[in-house]
Amino acid sequence: MTNFETNPDRYAHWKLTFDGAVARLAMNVQEDKPFRDGYRLKLNSYDLGVDIELCDAIERIRFEHPEVNVVVLTSENPRIFCAGANIQMLGSSSHPFKVNFCKYTNETRCSIENASAHSGIKFIAALNGTASGGGYEVAAACDEIYLVDDGNSAVSLPEVPLLGVLPGTGGLTRLVDKRKIRRDLADVFATKAEGLKAKRAKEWGLIDGYFSRSRFDEGIKKRAAELAARPKILNKTGAKGIVLTPIAPSVNADASELKYKHVTLKIDRAQRLAELTIFGPAEMPSTDPAVMRELGAEFWPFRAYREVNDALCRLRHDEETVGLVLLKTRGKIEHLLAGSRALAANRNDWFANEIILFLGRMLRRLDVTGKSFFSIIDEDSACAGSLLEVALAADRIYMKNDAGGKTQLAIGPLSTGLLPMSNGLTRLQSRFLKNPEHAESLAKSLPRMKTSEALAAGLVTFAPDELDWSDEIRLAIEERLSLSPDALTGMEASLRFGGPEAHDSKIYGRLSAWQNWIFTRPNATGKEGALVLFGQPERPKFDWRRT
Amino acid sequence: MTSFVDLEAKIPNNVGLKDDPVIRRALETWQPAYLEWWRDMGPSDFKQDDIYLRTAVGVGRGGWANFGHVKMPDYRWGIFLADPETEGERKIKFGDAMGQPVWMQIPGEMRARARRLIVTQADTEPASVEQQRLLGHTAPSIYDMRNLFQVNVEEGRHLWAMVYLLHKYFGSEGRDEAEELLRRRSGDPDNPRVLQAFNKPIRDWMAFFCFTTFTDRDGKYQLAALAESGFDPLARTTQFMLTEEAHHLQVGENGIARIIERTAQLMKEGVDPRKVGAMPLDLIQRYINEWSSASYDLFGGEDSSNAAEAFATSLKGRYREGDGLYKDPLALNQNYETEIFENGVEKKVQIPLRRAMNALLLEAYHADATRIVARWNRVLEQYQLSERVYLPTLRFNRQIGLYGGLWFNPQGEQISKEAFERKRTEWLPVDADYQYVKNCMIKVWDRGKFANWIAPPPVGINNQPVDFEYVKFH
Ligand SMILES: [Fe+2]
Ligand SMILES: [Fe+2]
Repeated sequence: MTNFETNPDRYAHWKLTFDGAVARLAMNVQEDKPFRDGYRLKLNSYDLGVDIELCDAIERIRFEHPEVNVVVLTSENPRIFCAGANIQMLGSSSHPFKVNFCKYTNETRCSIENASAHSGIKFIAALNGTASGGGYEVAAACDEIYLVDDGNSAVSLPEVPLLGVLPGTGGLTRLVDKRKIRRDLADVFATKAEGLKAKRAKEWGLIDGYFSRSRFDEGIKKRAAELAARPKILNKTGAKGIVLTPIAPSVNADASELKYKHVTLKIDRAQRLAELTIFGPAEMPSTDPAVMRELGAEFWPFRAYREVNDALCRLRHDEETVGLVLLKTRGKIEHLLAGSRALAANRNDWFANEIILFLGRMLRRLDVTGKSFFSIIDEDSACAGSLLEVALAADRIYMKNDAGGKTQLAIGPLSTGLLPMSNGLTRLQSRFLKNPEHAESLAKSLPRMKTSEALAAGLVTFAPDELDWSDEIRLAIEERLSLSPDALTGMEASLRFGGPEAHDSKIYGRLSAWQNWIFTRPNATGKEGALVLFGQPERPKFDWRRT
Repeated sequence: MTSFVDLEAKIPNNVGLKDDPVIRRALETWQPAYLEWWRDMGPSDFKQDDIYLRTAVGVGRGGWANFGHVKMPDYRWGIFLADPETEGERKIKFGDAMGQPVWMQIPGEMRARARRLIVTQADTEPASVEQQRLLGHTAPSIYDMRNLFQVNVEEGRHLWAMVYLLHKYFGSEGRDEAEELLRRRSGDPDNPRVLQAFNKPIRDWMAFFCFTTFTDRDGKYQLAALAESGFDPLARTTQFMLTEEAHHLQVGENGIARIIERTAQLMKEGVDPRKVGAMPLDLIQRYINEWSSASYDLFGGEDSSNAAEAFATSLKGRYREGDGLYKDPLALNQNYETEIFENGVEKKVQIPLRRAMNALLLEAYHADATRIVARWNRVLEQYQLSERVYLPTLRFNRQIGLYGGLWFNPQGEQISKEAFERKRTEWLPVDADYQYVKNCMIKVWDRGKFANWIAPPPVGINNQPVDFEYVKFH
């Protein structure tokens, strides 16, 4: 089973150090410590293990070090910043693994930008050596990029010319959308295997500046100090971080049941079905930010969302054949609503803000997960506040129409703009594209509804009565699981993101989709494909038909 | 077929620059920058002195037999490609393009790779001149000084040869690279030469002779591999460079042989070389170890996908590929067997042959260098001494490749890091060695006179006597 938890004491590939408001995160990939056997992590190339540590480091900077407002991303290796994703690893991985690996790394890059936009942390990519492929892509996720000017080091995206695949970890999108490189120059850059050295890279806008080798550290230090001194967007003065304690679930013998503190994940491999149940807090949550910080990683929403996040990662990587996930909730609607209100009201407190941002990331991770999600709401559910957002992220919502009217849902203030999807809209806005006023009025009135009202309001898909309930659910499950997994993945990815495109949605929807298609093509992964043969004695042979 | 050699042109050449105004102008623009570089970074001083140098006037036999006293800045650096070995259509001899006619232009998809190969080679030429620029002042004789300057001007010509290719076949990027070649500086932390070994100073004449023996020999093998190239201009350029390179190797090999001879004479007389400012054998050995192992690293990793690509694209062949030394010119479906060490355990591995091209070239190099060291030992034999020098194995003191970062003794047995560190001062030069050698480097510039640490050569240059006035000081 894949373990997505780690901590700085256990990092093999990164060195995380702090100097006041500046954190230094230096890549130092151990060649002989790959995530699985069969390849060596040469030249600071990365695999899932390296990226799990990177993701962990960024989360820890956000939660454990609120004093930090600048992160310098660099390399311990003086000649090479990062050579990107390990090609041997990619070439020898299954298609689902590749897709999930890329998705995870994309999420980590987006979380860097999320921290920059909303946590007031600026990221400096200090390229003290060549950054190629995924190495440049991770740099492009930072706010500013500086390259050493030593006549040798370059930035490059050699995927197309050398590997026959795309710089799919946001690379192409960030060239034109984020760094706003002219499309023709981007075209040249992305087909030029050796890339560009400092001066030309600066002219083209691929980097923000360069320093000679002897001035490099000093130049980066100076820039970091400037950024550290800028006005803060949140008051973090004197803030003390919380500790991200492990959430390690207990796992049964065949790993078909994972028990977290507030979440259980049950897997029925024969049926290809999973059930993710989230348990609400046992009591009314505190509204005092000081108490929230005191509780830290044990504070209910934070702990619960981290657990859901972990369960989603494991589902993707360890349960490839699971096609449908039932999302259930248990608890009291009042607790959930109060909790959501408390978070929303304290969103200028750094910790509450980080929890909301984390919840947003977790939900967006759910949005781009290649499995069907059905939300199941019955009389014991606590589908309100943040957990209503989980339901709204599902492909369908089934809500029991019980005679007593005990089955209810409720919208809380988190649904009104604090948890945007990757297209920039709220889930209510995305749901009611045809009727934006309706979305707005729901966001304004924050109603609590019985099943019939929710059905009328368009918040649920089906509302079977008590008699039909279990049969309807069973049929829905069986029918869903009989459909082509590929068609479903494509269909869901197309339907989930109605409305406009934004930077992130382009990465997941456009770039990743093309990449995933290319990954299945013989020109990349056939016996004579470029990705498979890279580094091998034979050269690729292409099917020249354009598609 | 012999080409027309235009010796009167501003840039002597046999590539028809006269009828190629675009390239001629580009090179004539580059020329002043080159001369400026030579003034700044070439041999320090000695610019007004007349040096007995040979200058290429043709690419056939005897093309080199053109000796005379010249001032180095006036040296006629020219562009010469070897004449084709055969009349008529020539075919590519290896790699995926095998059997196709050789390329007279670089195919688009290989342009970047070919440019990188050329730039990497080209960068070493000015680099070594920079590394050696102060040595003239401590020359052990004017004969040796002349050899040093001969090597230097020829490295300068090698730069010209590579720059011609960059200008002629690689467009604006080639021109940019040609400029960069004059801009990088050996040992400059901000703007270093491309390969690490070319950033380390050649502090003394021991190092110079070791460099020309071991590091220039890497150059020879790299050039030999490029001389097989399917890209015809590159092949013919490097073929001609090889004739010059052979002289550099001679300078190195003879230099160390003469040092060993002087040491052997003293030992035979019962004189401790250290007492009289000569080179003790253990110190010579440490220099051999240092420079040979640094040169092994220049070949790149033994298992290299880059090397495989260079072979697959028919850009860089094996040593003497064209001589039919190898059974399969495609080098597919074969493995190269070698040993690796995993957790201290020696283990055989099979590397697909194309990926092992660096290892093959390094093997050929090592066999060659072994013969040189054997020749040095013959000097000791002649003096009936039982001491011998040796060439360390390919595993010793490596920074890169299969043995990089592991610890071996010079015989190739794996040892612990601690054991290596205990022996370091026995195996590799330490500051005291450098200091000792430095103290021995006293200039001897009188005709026919030699420093006490080196024997005179058996014969002079170009049939001149050993006490010929190889350098006329002004
Ligand atoms: Fe040379
Ligand atoms: Fe040479």
